[in-house]
Amino acid sequence: MSDEPSFNLFQQQEANRRRTTWLVIGFVLFFAWLGFGGDFIVAGFTAGAEPGAYRHAFPWIGVALTGLGAGLAAYAYRTGPEKVLWATGAKEVRTPATDDERRLVNVVEEMAIAAALPRPRIWIVPDPDPNAFATGQDPPRANVAVTAGLLAMLDRDELQAVVGHELGHIKSYDTRLMTTLAALVGAVALISDGVSRSIFRGGIRGGMRVGGGRGGKGKNAGGLLVVLLVVWLISWMLAPIITQLLAMGVSRKREFLADALSAQFTRNPLALAGALEKIEHAHAPTKAIKRGAAHLCIADPLGRRLDNREGLLADIFATHPPMGKRVARLKGMGYARLKQQGDLPT
Amino acid sequence: MGWFLLILVAVVVFWVIAAYNGLIALKNQTFNAFKQIDVQLKRRHDLIPNLVNAVKGAMEFERETLEAVIQARNQAVKIQADASPTGGVKALAAAEATLGAALSRLNVVVEQYPQLKATANIGQLQEELASTENRVAFSRQMYNDTATQYNTKQQQFPTNLVAGLAKATIAELWEIEDQAERQTPKVDLSMKPKA
Repeated sequence: MSDEPSFNLFQQQEANRRRTTWLVIGFVLFFAWLGFGGDFIVAGFTAGAEPGAYRHAFPWIGVALTGLGAGLAAYAYRTGPEKVLWATGAKEVRTPATDDERRLVNVVEEMAIAAALPRPRIWIVPDPDPNAFATGQDPPRANVAVTAGLLAMLDRDELQAVVGHELGHIKSYDTRLMTTLAALVGAVALISDGVSRSIFRGGIRGGMRVGGGRGGKGKNAGGLLVVLLVVWLISWMLAPIITQLLAMGVSRKREFLADALSAQFTRNPLALAGALEKIEHAHAPTKAIKRGAAHLCIADPLGRRLDNREGLLADIFATHPPMGKRVARLKGMGYARLKQQGDLPT
Repeated sequence: MGWFLLILVAVVVFWVIAAYNGLIALKNQTFNAFKQIDVQLKRRHDLIPNLVNAVKGAMEFERETLEAVIQARNQAVKIQADASPTGGVKALAAAEATLGAALSRLNVVVEQYPQLKATANIGQLQEELASTENRVAFSRQMYNDTATQYNTKQQQFPTNLVAGLAKATIAELWEIEDQAERQTPKVDLSMKPKA
């Protein structure tokens, strides 16, 4: 057994902790830019106002928005996992009732032993399409969720391999980064919708009136202020797109690593290859899992065709690597193992 | 010159502390991994009487198979009591392999009794048993990986210089003794009807 995955694992854990920190810092900085940028614009427009009229001296928009950003980031980081689980309608398996549930609980506990992780909480998403995801800030607070379709479709070895893949994400702290990202994407999308609506209703008209009044005097650099205003408004509208791009960019490479970790835990890469092929052939979109959590799943729940392409565009926009490539790598590992044991059919 | 010596001594002292602590951490991980196997073996040993009781009634004439299982189980329990990474792993591995072989023979027999399999209880017990076998295998895998890391570390230069200080000794690996487990299963293609 090569120890390459474990070497990568350590780097991956460090990188994920670091990236999560930067993600949160970037999120707060973006809010600060929105807030203080707004302050600067308003201050510029009111600087030449007559004595007695309103002057924007204290940057209260910036302070308020930065505070809001920090609060949102903290809230998203803390409650991200429950929000993701809630959004998919997953139900926790506390005491297994059916044979399928018992099997799932057993398989998760077995893989937790193999991965030397504490047993995560186990959830089932009521959806007939096979898929699975993991969420949680760190291993002691981790969750593993699989769809009902996955339970029905896979045999024991394949289920084991898929659970091993998810535990690989937990072990490498992928789940911390991905869950925080999912929660932030949700928060930004919600706020941006609300804000861009109110800007287009009232904000622009109000701003134009002030700007028009000042334009007559024409002393200050009004042109610069207008450019700044435009950039500022665009960054409000771009926020959801940028966060989406982030979500798509981060998850492609780590799927390969989680596949490799699964193979390391189960010592059976061919089972994961079989499971991925079954998941791929089912192909129906997983309706319970929406866009915001797509990058958390073992296979893209939206069934986007872009995932199967390669190149720069796909690397940026697709959340998952081509399924064929993943299966090919796993089969490569499997045959290497068989060869080692001298069991390769000739 | 004095400064140079001082720095050299400080570097050596720090290295000794780091190497010593690293070895102790690995040693504890190895013992912890072995404890994990212990937990899973106990689960396996506790499960077997239940399984035997559940199938006993319907399998009067398979008494030999059942007795082999019970005997192997009792033997394994006895050996498990005084096994640790520093000794007795081999004996325990052999005892557990015998038990595993007896269990798989029992499983083959159970498969021949469809009416027995149909009762929900047996199905559940079989799932529990399959899961327990996996847990034993995975904890064994974890133990072997950790113990190998520990063994390699204490043999490698220059860490081997502090191995005596840390009272590090080679941990026994859990090797599969049973020949049947190593061999690939032979497929019988003669299509002879089974007795």
